[in-house]
Amino acid sequence: MTATTVNPTHDLSQAQLQAAFYDLDEHDHPEGGSTMLGFWMYLMSDCLIFAMLFAAYGVLGGNFAAGPGPKDLFELPLVALNTAMLLFSSITYGFAMLAMEKGSKGAVQLWLLVTAAFGIAFLAIEMYEFYHLIHEGATPMRSGFLTAFFSLVGTHGLHVTFGLIWLFTLVVQVGTKGLIPANRRRLMCLSLFWHFLDVIWIGVFTFVYLMGML
Amino acid sequence: MAIEAVDHSHWSPLLGRLWLDALPQEPIVLATFVVVALGGVALVAALTYFKLWGYLWKEWFTSVDHKKIGVMYMVLGLIMLLRGFADAVMMRIQQSIAFNGNEGYLNAHHYDQIFTAHGVIMIFFVAMPFVTGLMNYIVPLQIGARDVSFPFLNNFSFWMTTAGAVLVMMSLFIGEFAQTGWLAYPPLSNLAYSPWVGVDYYIWALQIAGVGTLLSGVNLIATIVKMRAPGMTMMRMPIFTWTSLCTNILIVAAFPVLTAVMSMLSLDRYLGFNFFSNDFGGSPMMYVNLIWIWGHPEVYILILPLFGVFSEVTATFCGKRLFGYSSMVYATLVITILSYLVWLHHFFTMGSGASVNSFFGITTMVISIPTGAKLFNWLFTMYRARIRYELPMMWTVAFMLTFTIGGMTGVMLAIPPADFVLHNSLFLIAHFHNVIIGGVLFGIFAAINFWWPKAFGFKLNQFWGKVSFWLWVPGFWVAFTPLYILGFMGVTRRMRVFDDPSIQIWFVIAAFGVVMIAGGIGAMLVQFAVSIWKREELKDETGDPWNGRTLEWATSSPPPEYNFAFTPIVHDIDAWEDMKRCGVERPTTGFRPIHMPKGTGTGIILAGLSTALGFAMIWYIWWLAAVSFVGILGYSIFHTFNYKRDYHIPVETVEATEAARTRQLAAAGA
Amino acid sequence: MGTEHAHSNPNAPDHHDEHGGSHGSMREYVVGFLLSVVLTAIPFWLVMTGAIPDKQTTALVIMAFALVQIVVHMIYFLHMNTKSENGWTVMALIFTIVVLVITLSGSLWVMYHLNHNMMPMSHDMSQVP
Repeated sequence: MTATTVNPTHDLSQAQLQAAFYDLDEHDHPEGGSTMLGFWMYLMSDCLIFAMLFAAYGVLGGNFAAGPGPKDLFELPLVALNTAMLLFSSITYGFAMLAMEKGSKGAVQLWLLVTAAFGIAFLAIEMYEFYHLIHEGATPMRSGFLTAFFSLVGTHGLHVTFGLIWLFTLVVQVGTKGLIPANRRRLMCLSLFWHFLDVIWIGVFTFVYLMGML
Repeated sequence: MAIEAVDHSHWSPLLGRLWLDALPQEPIVLATFVVVALGGVALVAALTYFKLWGYLWKEWFTSVDHKKIGVMYMVLGLIMLLRGFADAVMMRIQQSIAFNGNEGYLNAHHYDQIFTAHGVIMIFFVAMPFVTGLMNYIVPLQIGARDVSFPFLNNFSFWMTTAGAVLVMMSLFIGEFAQTGWLAYPPLSNLAYSPWVGVDYYIWALQIAGVGTLLSGVNLIATIVKMRAPGMTMMRMPIFTWTSLCTNILIVAAFPVLTAVMSMLSLDRYLGFNFFSNDFGGSPMMYVNLIWIWGHPEVYILILPLFGVFSEVTATFCGKRLFGYSSMVYATLVITILSYLVWLHHFFTMGSGASVNSFFGITTMVISIPTGAKLFNWLFTMYRARIRYELPMMWTVAFMLTFTIGGMTGVMLAIPPADFVLHNSLFLIAHFHNVIIGGVLFGIFAAINFWWPKAFGFKLNQFWGKVSFWLWVPGFWVAFTPLYILGFMGVTRRMRVFDDPSIQIWFVIAAFGVVMIAGGIGAMLVQFAVSIWKREELKDETGDPWNGRTLEWATSSPPPEYNFAFTPIVHDIDAWEDMKRCGVERPTTGFRPIHMPKGTGTGIILAGLSTALGFAMIWYIWWLAAVSFVGILGYSIFHTFNYKRDYHIPVETVEATEAARTRQLAAAGA
Repeated sequence: MGTEHAHSNPNAPDHHDEHGGSHGSMREYVVGFLLSVVLTAIPFWLVMTGAIPDKQTTALVIMAFALVQIVVHMIYFLHMNTKSENGWTVMALIFTIVVLVITLSGSLWVMYHLNHNMMPMSHDMSQVP
């Protein structure tokens, strides 16, 4: 809709004026036109929750309270394996999106389930790591460092968990309703969410694990 | 009165920490409880007797109409204002009598809850609902939209805010509220020093309400970005819409910080983590640092929309375009960014040293520049204008005088050496009441008087409005000038008893000011009642009672459900003024069915479950927490399986509504 | 933008750009994936082998790799571009990054100075094995 300034001339008839000032031929706006933008805003706000957790880790990360530090606890091969799981799940989610483009419902569901498998593997490895740490006495209550570590990594894990619940819901919804616009939007939103968690993980493995082992 | 040490160690699997000792023990609370309980029963009985439950449920509680949600936010703010003000009155009475060995009438346990509750309620459950309510009601109308981007989320946001308010109100009668001050600094708010439920009420009320605030922020940003009428470019948006946009950007970028910090505090309290503990490498100072990263933007979240209100009111009642539209927009944007660069001025005395303090002192002084620019814009708009001193304009002028002084005392506090003297003194209390009452509250009163006719179709009574105004504004100064003086004398905040009898007179004067303010609030309630009583006399048929300039005045009062039968096309700033100038008449034929969102009870159900979750977590009722959490998750997923969320208003309905409007306008002679 | 994709459900009216961006192509995803693998593997290798003896240099290098990888993810997986949603997504991202940098660096700065001024020695900063 281009807009030009209308001068208060009396040359224009009332009908012309009305056409200039009112959208007389309006069609329904399809639902969900704002969804992607709105979801992006939500992700940005989530980003700031993680920023606070990173800030807490930055401040408390050196406070070991005479307890164990990163070098005593972290096992980089495990972290590398975990990172690989997340990266694989990212590309498989990408394949799900490509399948959605092609409109093949079954392929979308299949790739979503593969993504979920990698996501579950990621969580399993993380839980193994946490269990191991707690078993050794490196509990979150032990020191400021461990508090910040468990909270940051745990919050990421919690997000992955909710992502998985969402993902399974979508598998069902795609199954029952097909790739209707509403479901496509939801797949797109989950895609943003899933890849966003990847980006956060880059920060986690770099600042927490790799820098901790230096 | 001595504080009895009550042992609250009782725990049972069924009721958690909840036991008989949670019920009110003190006579004052007990009496309040009885009065509120009787009032509540009477209200429920009346609603049942008049068979209003179905109407309320269908037309209001489950409505996704942004106008109704806006009104509900305003009602919530008004109710909570009365509660928060009652706290203020109690504090003023206590402080004006607790001299010469007199302990006053409140024990420390009770008094500390009152000042905490006062702050929490006034910020989170008065100012925030008022501001959100205004934005909800006005923004879609101003941009020529039919609703917000996510109508269901809007309803959900409102009920989450209400759920937080419900938890705060519950704490009055079941258990206790926090006794930590409104920001609950650790280590005082840690489990060791606040072992019972007060701080938990605080945490869960804020967390639940925070979800609502964040989502309504996302919603309004998306609405403003995506749903503007054709032709309304960014630089043609009304100033109120601009300030709302910036406010919601701040909400989305600040409230997650509060959520994160509250979660950290919860982890400390519930699981023994060491974020803010003194031992094991925690840092209580980090809490102060992090919470003010939210806290300072919050100040601008509150004031920016009211800057928008003052801009609209000034332009309307001066009958000309706002002076310096684009400078107003840029000033708002600059404030948005700068509000993230000043948080440390709330704790200069913490000890970060000269370099850090100087940086934040300077940024604080810098942020007063765009605010000053705004004031000059309003003044230049008024310059040589034919000003109509209706109530909204009166509040605007009162704001300019009051807020400017509050701003200047703020600049004084921004000077770190001066702050070392004034920190946590009553000077600070006077300062922030000066800007919050003089800015936010006066702005809300201007807005209520300005937009009431739009929302309800009749103007507010002027006489009682003026009574309220003349009690409020001088009352404010009588109440808070003594606090400036006491602050200079070194009196600190949150004191329950005083040793020096020579300062009592100032507290008595302040208490008298509160009496005047009480009169002002009372007169405002009378104003509402009288106006509703005499609504036929005060009726506005035109939809444009003030000769307005922006699109909300282009439709009827109150607007139809769909706001605009035809979406307006915008060619200029002040779109409605432009339409009037060009003499365009409202189209009366060619209507179409209108696509609208459908109401849903999901919002209120999820918020109810959240209240249960919060209550269960506060009282350690683990089974209820688990059940309500699973309920929230399950119901949310269930809700996503509902794909039919919209309907069409049939063209006959639109035609009938618009025909009635045509007759109304003809009768009004417009 | 608009209707660049075919619909499985032809009845659904969708002449509106509901996604505000592209969904990427196979090539994009594969390139993004390979880049991420490389950008992840190198920092891990650097730290695990200690290839660069100086710790500070290693830290800077792996931080640089993290930044590049974040950008790669943004472009290849999140499909960020300046055109989607009329640039609003990028604007929101930039604003978030600004706030993030301010709050993160500000907090560290403030807390570092605080610890420096207020707790000169009491804190146990050393790691006990």
